[in-house]
Amino acid sequence: MSRIDTAFARLRAAGERALIPYFSAGDPSLDATRRLVVAAERAGADLVELGIPFSDPIGDGPVIQRGSARGLAAGATLARVLELVAGVRGEVRIPLVLMGYYNPILAFGLKAFARAAVDVGVDGVIVPDLPPDEADELDAEAEPAGLDLVHLVAPTSTAARVRMIARRSRGFVYVVSLMGVTGERATLPPDLAAQIRAVRLVTTKPVCVGFGIGRPEQVRAVGARADGVIVGSAVVRLIEERATSPSLVDDVAAFIAALKAPLRAGG
Amino acid sequence: MARPTLPDARGHFGRYGGRYVPEALMAPLIELEHAWQRARADRGWQRELARLLHEYAGRPTPLYFARRLSEHVGGAGIYLKREDLCHTGAHKINNVLGQALLARRMKKPRVIAETGAGQHGVASATAAALLGLECQVYMGAEDVTRQALNVFRMRLLGARVIVVEAGSRTLKDAINEAMRDWVANVRTTYYLLGSAMGPHPYPVMVRDLQCVIGREARRQARAALGRLPDVVMACVGGGSNAIGLFHPFIGDRRVRIVGVEAGGHGVATGRHGASLSAGRVGVLHGCMSYLLQNDDGQIAEAHSISAGLDYPGVGPEHAYYKDTGRFEFVSITDEEALEGFHALARLEGIMPALESSHAVAHAMRLAKQLSRSKVIVVGLSGRGDKDVHVIAKALGTEGLP
Repeated sequence: MSRIDTAFARLRAAGERALIPYFSAGDPSLDATRRLVVAAERAGADLVELGIPFSDPIGDGPVIQRGSARGLAAGATLARVLELVAGVRGEVRIPLVLMGYYNPILAFGLKAFARAAVDVGVDGVIVPDLPPDEADELDAEAEPAGLDLVHLVAPTSTAARVRMIARRSRGFVYVVSLMGVTGERATLPPDLAAQIRAVRLVTTKPVCVGFGIGRPEQVRAVGARADGVIVGSAVVRLIEERATSPSLVDDVAAFIAALKAPLRAGG
Repeated sequence: MARPTLPDARGHFGRYGGRYVPEALMAPLIELEHAWQRARADRGWQRELARLLHEYAGRPTPLYFARRLSEHVGGAGIYLKREDLCHTGAHKINNVLGQALLARRMKKPRVIAETGAGQHGVASATAAALLGLECQVYMGAEDVTRQALNVFRMRLLGARVIVVEAGSRTLKDAINEAMRDWVANVRTTYYLLGSAMGPHPYPVMVRDLQCVIGREARRQARAALGRLPDVVMACVGGGSNAIGLFHPFIGDRRVRIVGVEAGGHGVATGRHGASLSAGRVGVLHGCMSYLLQNDDGQIAEAHSISAGLDYPGVGPEHAYYKDTGRFEFVSITDEEALEGFHALARLEGIMPALESSHAVAHAMRLAKQLSRSKVIVVGLSGRGDKDVHVIAKALGTEGLP
């Protein structure tokens, strides 16, 4: 069982749901990201998504685009992100999942990436521009190395694609809640419950939902149906606002604690 | 030996092409592919496209023997395939008429497009006006400044121009933004992509729509010369005019096929747009191809005096035929392209687009090395009116009569 499988098994046994915050690696600095990951675990994060900055993030809204640009400016190349994980792995026990567009991974080398990622303690990888249809080459390296390749389901996915994606996805199935790019939204999509049901019908793997979720009451609503809730833009926006503040890490930790509260047993 | 069918069922040209897009776009792309296959098999749809290409866009375009230019160079004869005479002034109209008809057939009331120089934006706005579709064009802030007149043209045609301030504020960022729009609005919106790139089926669809250039050129060369040309040549940015001219000649083994990339300040300076000559394989904007990128896989900024070649990627079919050796690729610098522009203006009374000037410049270079019995067909992809201010800035008015 992978570290991700173990984490979800433990949460299920405890009647909890996972909170998965997203950080753009290197935003505002690589050292700050390291401290944020450590603080996130203490505040109740069950898994952390670390974004690998990319020059052309077509799936992201303005907030994560800016976070990614700050990460790039801070020198957060894929090699440096792997070093960051190597450094933080000794300090946290929760699963760490990289989220990054395909080209930097391709440039690093698929075999080299899969091996290095597992060596430093990365548990999974999410590649938003790599649907399962194109993922054979990466998976041929990731699976034997023990790296979970997490695939995404979207509102436009047909029933046949949902089945295929759920079968191919390892660690969990990432449900993209809405049509559009990442970013906070005032309300949750009305068809989200039906979308989650459609995924549950075809898999027993954990189902985590992301995109457009930024407030504790939204987390509570999604957590009632999903195994995990992913919060990206709201976290990155808070980091942007507090980037130069001495209380950056504490403020982010407090926000993560507030997001986790409704996902605890009886929360 | 029969050539393999390209692309394969999932849009791969060898290792290139494919669909590297967010899952949200996968089902819509498959739907688009099916709609395209049905449309192109539909006689009525074909007739309507043929009628528009003829009556509205002005096809067939002439194949013109540039006698004075050829005599000046003193080598192979240079023939120009005059896409600059198409309505809106470039080959772009061939593609947008087909795709706009497809958008209407798919009952999408809204089309979006990206544009670099503004030519594809103007063509899209034109086709949208013709067919009564709502049109929104994404354009990088840098290009909006460089091509202010085309921005105004699009607005006159009723299109909304969205200025993109993200990233390098050029064509690649306009494509990023158009793709973000499409992900959010795919149910009502048709993405009218302007070159033979992007996720499947765009590279094959745009190629098929642009192949009218090469089919005409082949027929016209046969009529004028009694044979096929020795060389066909075109500029390559994304590569749509080039693949349109080249594709019908791929099976003609004796015809050399040469793509001309933007050498910018010179490939050695790193400031250029020559992704095939100097790039590495990667994934951008939904397809695998050659890209300008750094060692970490971040996309580099391209540079060219011609906004239409100012793009760090290239269509996947060009990448495939580069590897097989069927297509040759060379590069022409900004300065050489300007020389090509001047030669054609002074000797033939034709002002080519700066993009097409790259092909003209290389044709002159190659013609010199070939005997007078040889023939080069150059894809003159667009007219140069849009570029006169860029040329004035590069050269000043010194030396003019």
